[in-house]
Amino acid sequence: MNDQNTILRVEDLRVRFRTRRGDVRAVDGVNLELNRGEILGLVGESGCGKSVTAQAVMRLIGDGRGEEVSGRVELDGEDLLQKSEKEMTKLRGRRISMIFQDPMTSLNPVYTVGNQIAEVPLLHEKVTRRDAYARAVGMLETVGIPSPKERARRFPHEFSGGMRQRSVIAMSLCCKPEVLIADEPTTALDVTIQAQILDLLQDLRRDFGTAIILITHDLGVVAEVCDRVAIMYAGGIVEQAPAGELFRKPRHPYTQGLLASLPKIGDRGILKAIEGRPPDLMNLPEGCRFAPRCPHAFGKCSEYPPLERVAEEHDAACWLEKKHE
Amino acid sequence: MNDVWYRFSRNKLAVFGLVVIGLYLVCALGARWIAPYDPYEMRVESVLREPGAEHWLGADPFGRDMFSRIVHGSRISLRVGLIAVSIALSAGTVLGMLAGYFGRWIDGLLSRVVDVMFSFPDILLALVIMAILGPSTTNVMIAIGIVYTPIFARIARGSVLSVKNAMFVEAARAIGVGHFMIMFRHILPNILAPLIIQTTLSFAFAILAEAALSFLGLGVEPDAPSWGIMLNEGKNWMEHGWWVAVFPGVAITLAVLSFNVVGDGLRDALDPKLRGRGD
Repeated sequence: MNDQNTILRVEDLRVRFRTRRGDVRAVDGVNLELNRGEILGLVGESGCGKSVTAQAVMRLIGDGRGEEVSGRVELDGEDLLQKSEKEMTKLRGRRISMIFQDPMTSLNPVYTVGNQIAEVPLLHEKVTRRDAYARAVGMLETVGIPSPKERARRFPHEFSGGMRQRSVIAMSLCCKPEVLIADEPTTALDVTIQAQILDLLQDLRRDFGTAIILITHDLGVVAEVCDRVAIMYAGGIVEQAPAGELFRKPRHPYTQGLLASLPKIGDRGILKAIEGRPPDLMNLPEGCRFAPRCPHAFGKCSEYPPLERVAEEHDAACWLEKKHE
Repeated sequence: MNDVWYRFSRNKLAVFGLVVIGLYLVCALGARWIAPYDPYEMRVESVLREPGAEHWLGADPFGRDMFSRIVHGSRISLRVGLIAVSIALSAGTVLGMLAGYFGRWIDGLLSRVVDVMFSFPDILLALVIMAILGPSTTNVMIAIGIVYTPIFARIARGSVLSVKNAMFVEAARAIGVGHFMIMFRHILPNILAPLIIQTTLSFAFAILAEAALSFLGLGVEPDAPSWGIMLNEGKNWMEHGWWVAVFPGVAITLAVLSFNVVGDGLRDALDPKLRGRGD
């Protein structure tokens, strides 16, 4: 991967929350690369730091209040963590945007959908109110909302969940950002709507060239739309590979466990779960964080395993890879 | 909006209050044409005249027409109420939103100041401020405005706290909306309901406070036809002419009552969930 192709690079990102009982290491050394026009799945169970990573990238956290963010987040070579809040405000929505899990509450109830979408170009570009509104209507059409002109005058509570998420997507893509972070965009929607929204994201990626980080805990979603996948566990990336490769040849025992725990149609047995629970983020184990739950753990696992290349475009953070050499 | 009006209109008492406020408003705006006499004009032949055809509500010991004075008094009361409440509403809302939105030391500082102001009885605080500023209509407005600022600040702060973590606020930040735009464009419209309700209720308090301050001689200029001043003058003549004290009192009571029932009606109409909860 040459640098020209990388739009977002996250290097050694760490987020700590200071609490009275001690520091919570929510994100602990995340490295990620997002290529232009690519959909990267960021997968992990609840509380593993996916959303915090996204918020840190957007700089939605990290301004005091007991949060400490370190590392580098490069958007096209510029370190976002070094930017002032004012510079970030100009960047958000224009070059990097985010959509959230719950479309029911992501729209302001007091403004019409059209006006809310029009706010984005008004914030970032020199456009008249009329032009911005016309753009908003156009975006609603792009995201597949029928009779957009009429719907733009409606308030969010008059929309269904799927339509709201489409509106939120329209809002976040109105200024054609290079990067979109979608934090579990389909979790709150029912399955048929989920598929529509995922299709929509793929279409928009193609039409707008927007690179997308798709945060999810649903491997089915990943299989459907992602080019590459990064698996996160207890604040770090444990495996990263093209989607097909990951599903065929998972290297990290955690990934293997995740895949094994997927229910299969026709399989009426008991669901396979990964034994144990994720570690306490307040006192992470010294070595591999997965070791206490890992069926293959051995002596070396008391040391921290770095994320290393194990095959073409395939990285894993596991000592087992070295054991066989 | 139609919903709100529908729920409001079913509350007969509130509608009655609104009509009374409307009448006061008409009196205040058209005092010059409605009042049959000049409120300052003293007529020797009318001294302490009983209510009747010539003087509908009687005349005071100086021979001034009570009805004309009460009609003109509504100008003072409503103007003081409007401006004092505007001061309290704008200052309180801005301070409360700053405290609620930014939290940390700003919240700590503002909340402590508000707590201190709350610990004084309203009228006492207003009296102290008036004693410092000196009696005049402008100063009455300022004093009452300052006294009621903490209420708005506290309501605004609480409402902001309940809204600021809503997803749409974070979503607004994610599309590049700055802090102040978020506060005034995204949060403020969502917390308007409790502020509007408090505004109507405060109108009643402000009218009462103006009357009280004027009654005590620390309000508007002493010759102005303020209801409070009329009440004060009237109390000495109760034995000779009950109407001199009773009618200004009725005017005050009716105005305060009307604003209160309208405030209650609005609360029920704007936010049915708040029904039955006290202030």
